[in-house]
Amino acid sequence: MSWEVVIGLEVHVQVNTKTKQFCGCSTEFGAEPNTQTCPVCLGMPGQLPVLNMEAARKSVLTGLAINADINLVSKFDRKNYFYPDLPKGYQITQFPLPIVEGGYLDIPTKDGEKRIGITRIHMEEDAGKSMHEGLDGVSHIDLNRSGVPLMEIVSEPDMANADEAIAYLKQLHQLVCFLDVSDANMEKGQFRCDANVSVRRPGEPLGTRAELKNLNSFRFIKQAIEYEVNRQIELIEDGGEVVQETRLFDSAKGESRSMRSKEEAHDYRYFPEPDLPPLRFTQEEVDAIRAGMPELPGQLRKRFETEYGLSPYDADVLTQTRDLATWYESLVAAHPADPKRCANWMANELLGRLKETGTDISASPVSPARLAGLLERIADNTISGKAAKDVLDAMMTSEDDADAIIEAKGLKQVSDTGAIDAIIHEVMAASPDQVAGYRAGKDKLLGFFVGQVMKASRGKANPGMVNQRLKELLKG
Amino acid sequence: MPFSTLSELKSRLDAGETTAVEIARIYLDRIAEFNEELNAFVDIDPAHVLEQAQASDAYRASHEARPLEGLPIAIKDIFCTQDGPTQCCSNILKDYHAPYDAHVITRLKEAGAVLVGKTNMDEFAMGSSTETSAFGICRNPWDTDRIPGGSSGGSAAAVAAALAPAALGTDTGGSIRQPASVCGITGLKPTYGRVSRRGIIAFASSLDQAGPMTRTVKDAAMITAAISGHDAMDSTSVPNVPTVDWLAACDQTDMKGLRIGKPKEYFVDGMDSGVRTAIDTALSQCEALGAEIIDISLPHTDAAVAAYYVIAPSEASANLSRYDAVRFGHRCENPEDLLDMYTRSRDEGFGAEVKRRILTGTFALSSGYYDAYYIKAQQVRTLIRQDFINAFEQVDVIATPTSPVTAFRLGEKTDDPLTMYLSDIFTIALNLAGLPGISQPCGFSDGLPVGLQWMAPAWREDLILGAASAYENATDWVKEPAKFGGKA
Ligand SMILES: [Zn+2]
Repeated sequence: MSWEVVIGLEVHVQVNTKTKQFCGCSTEFGAEPNTQTCPVCLGMPGQLPVLNMEAARKSVLTGLAINADINLVSKFDRKNYFYPDLPKGYQITQFPLPIVEGGYLDIPTKDGEKRIGITRIHMEEDAGKSMHEGLDGVSHIDLNRSGVPLMEIVSEPDMANADEAIAYLKQLHQLVCFLDVSDANMEKGQFRCDANVSVRRPGEPLGTRAELKNLNSFRFIKQAIEYEVNRQIELIEDGGEVVQETRLFDSAKGESRSMRSKEEAHDYRYFPEPDLPPLRFTQEEVDAIRAGMPELPGQLRKRFETEYGLSPYDADVLTQTRDLATWYESLVAAHPADPKRCANWMANELLGRLKETGTDISASPVSPARLAGLLERIADNTISGKAAKDVLDAMMTSEDDADAIIEAKGLKQVSDTGAIDAIIHEVMAASPDQVAGYRAGKDKLLGFFVGQVMKASRGKANPGMVNQRLKELLKG
Repeated sequence: MPFSTLSELKSRLDAGETTAVEIARIYLDRIAEFNEELNAFVDIDPAHVLEQAQASDAYRASHEARPLEGLPIAIKDIFCTQDGPTQCCSNILKDYHAPYDAHVITRLKEAGAVLVGKTNMDEFAMGSSTETSAFGICRNPWDTDRIPGGSSGGSAAAVAAALAPAALGTDTGGSIRQPASVCGITGLKPTYGRVSRRGIIAFASSLDQAGPMTRTVKDAAMITAAISGHDAMDSTSVPNVPTVDWLAACDQTDMKGLRIGKPKEYFVDGMDSGVRTAIDTALSQCEALGAEIIDISLPHTDAAVAAYYVIAPSEASANLSRYDAVRFGHRCENPEDLLDMYTRSRDEGFGAEVKRRILTGTFALSSGYYDAYYIKAQQVRTLIRQDFINAFEQVDVIATPTSPVTAFRLGEKTDDPLTMYLSDIFTIALNLAGLPGISQPCGFSDGLPVGLQWMAPAWREDLILGAASAYENATDWVKEPAKFGGKA
């Protein structure tokens, strides 16, 4: 008998504002511990929160991008619990009335596109960081992260396996990057995921779920979900029962362990935050945010296919990030004659070379204008495609433009009929048996002659012309 | 001179008849002489007071004097000040030094005031008698066997005994007005949002408001003028509110055409007959000054105390979570682990009343009880607000006793928190509604001061300052000093 898997995800996205959610401290990552703090984010007596409106606008923008409703009035609440890296003893969040409700993302699956519901997005503040390891029984606390703005994006339990969960997360990750609402660097904890996982027999009501905490890479998320699904199925098939609990995934061991049961779950005692009035937006303000919305990955992909005639694959590669898409469009602007050639050279040649050195497109040593200069020389037959790859190699480490490198390396292609004919005559003279064979009907020998001519020209002969002239001259 | 009003001291300073240093010395001398008995101040640094006074005199010599130039003002221990300790009269904040000044402290400094010490209060402002202070009880200058009210009891006692000409207090459920009433002085609670709460150690955020405690109505207006105004760093400080001409409002000498509401719910069985007589007499005097007394009803008044004792402790339970021994404040000796550090530090640091309110609030917010307590209390709060809106369609201001009783004996109610809570019965509704109120002396009952409370619609402090000024002008109560120390 088969099992159905039900997965819902809660994603904490760090909003990329310069300052924290409720104070003026910097959100810059990696500073010396406790240097980016002030009385507000340290929870000193008497200090009060003031909302970062930029973070609120970015939350609205995200809501609009997932086709959700924006609550023109939303409210803040206190979530109470004691932890040393939570300075106030409560987290300011949004509970009954969040800023965004009811949206969706369409994700690619092996059975085609699938719509994943998004229940809500609420604004909240991050806690600090506790450090225990290697400190000989004491703990250290870094409050630089305390008060950093977060959006918690809560999905419906619409995903049926780990692959769908990953597809959703990748789609969401790409979206927040495109919107420039988050840097979403997972290693820096700017995009973190909790997963709610349950299993059931088809047609039965939802099973008891376990919550998997703090998954911070796509690989671990997949591992953790798959481990949890197997654990629950085995448990039930052995006659056991899944209990509602929070589990922590140990990526080193590839397994999870129980962190706390339902009985030990916190009672967060949410209540309205009296230090903050309701957050209000007018419809005009929301419309203005909508008007400033950048093109989203899906729209961009479709436009690249129709406007530039790209294959779905190339369109997908070149819209992975906004930087890539922008770079591609700059390249097309500089080499408008052949957008497909632009896509091939950027996706296959340039990105391949950047990947080898781990360089981001934004730091590419070759600019769109320089690459366009090279593509022009391919278009006008100055060099062959093969030679162009050598030129691009040279461009990665030099600041010269394509023409200078072609000149210096003597890669200019021979497209002069007289010169090509002369070489062909030499080759024919040196290979009388093959000439006879060809003339007797062995068409396949054409390849032999092309190879010989290209070799004699040291690769510089224009291959198209070589082909054409050979056919002509071999006729005899 | 010590029993002078702030305005009188200001006139003498402006006329060059005295100096800030001379004034400071007079009050420092009185503090040295009488504070041991009263315990109105829990911290005083005479050298620092004199320094400020000298600086003020120097400023006056070369500049035009600022509004409160050289005037001493005592500060409740709830206001964060960079100078000296800020302890909220709690052991959990013993020797805590705030790294910044509260917004109102900055405003007082900018106005040229000389800040004098920290006054005694109920721990974290939770109390009506100043008996929950971790730093000892405070005595009422009118009868030192009695309480000075609370939670701003130290500020009230200091002004009543002329250890300072004026003081700052805070009012969450009556903590300015009730001690002002039982100490025979004037105390103003401004409209919620009029004065910034930044730097005031939070008790109940949706109710707390700072205000002056003074000898006269005009003195209260002078201080409110200095401390009120929008603060962008307090999101509940309201921008663009109707401004009040604070001093001009106090020029009123009659009540012609003023409609005064007399709510029947504030004249109840069980209140002191002496209090009732004093208030009735005061209202007759108001009539004589031209006012019309109109019987009104604030029907949900009897639910105010219950709603308050859910909402205030709920907010407090969260506000006081930051005292966790991690970053500042009291930490127990040799904690075994995190839980031990939390529980033992908080157990040692907080007094019984604070613990009672944290527990009450934690309970009220707990899953399964939230709807029955917190939500219900918020609904009551809405009804109380509506009561006032309805009443102010009929009348301009409302007059009531500030407290149903005069100062009770020390220890009389400490074992019975419920009776203690009922001493705020006439002041609490105003905080729940966020409205302005003032208490002023209006006579005596068995030799103890009685307070007359005025209430107005939001942002209409001018109405109650006007009425209270007219009443003060027509009577002599503020000229009656506390019979204390034989030096009156
Ligand atoms: Zn900060």
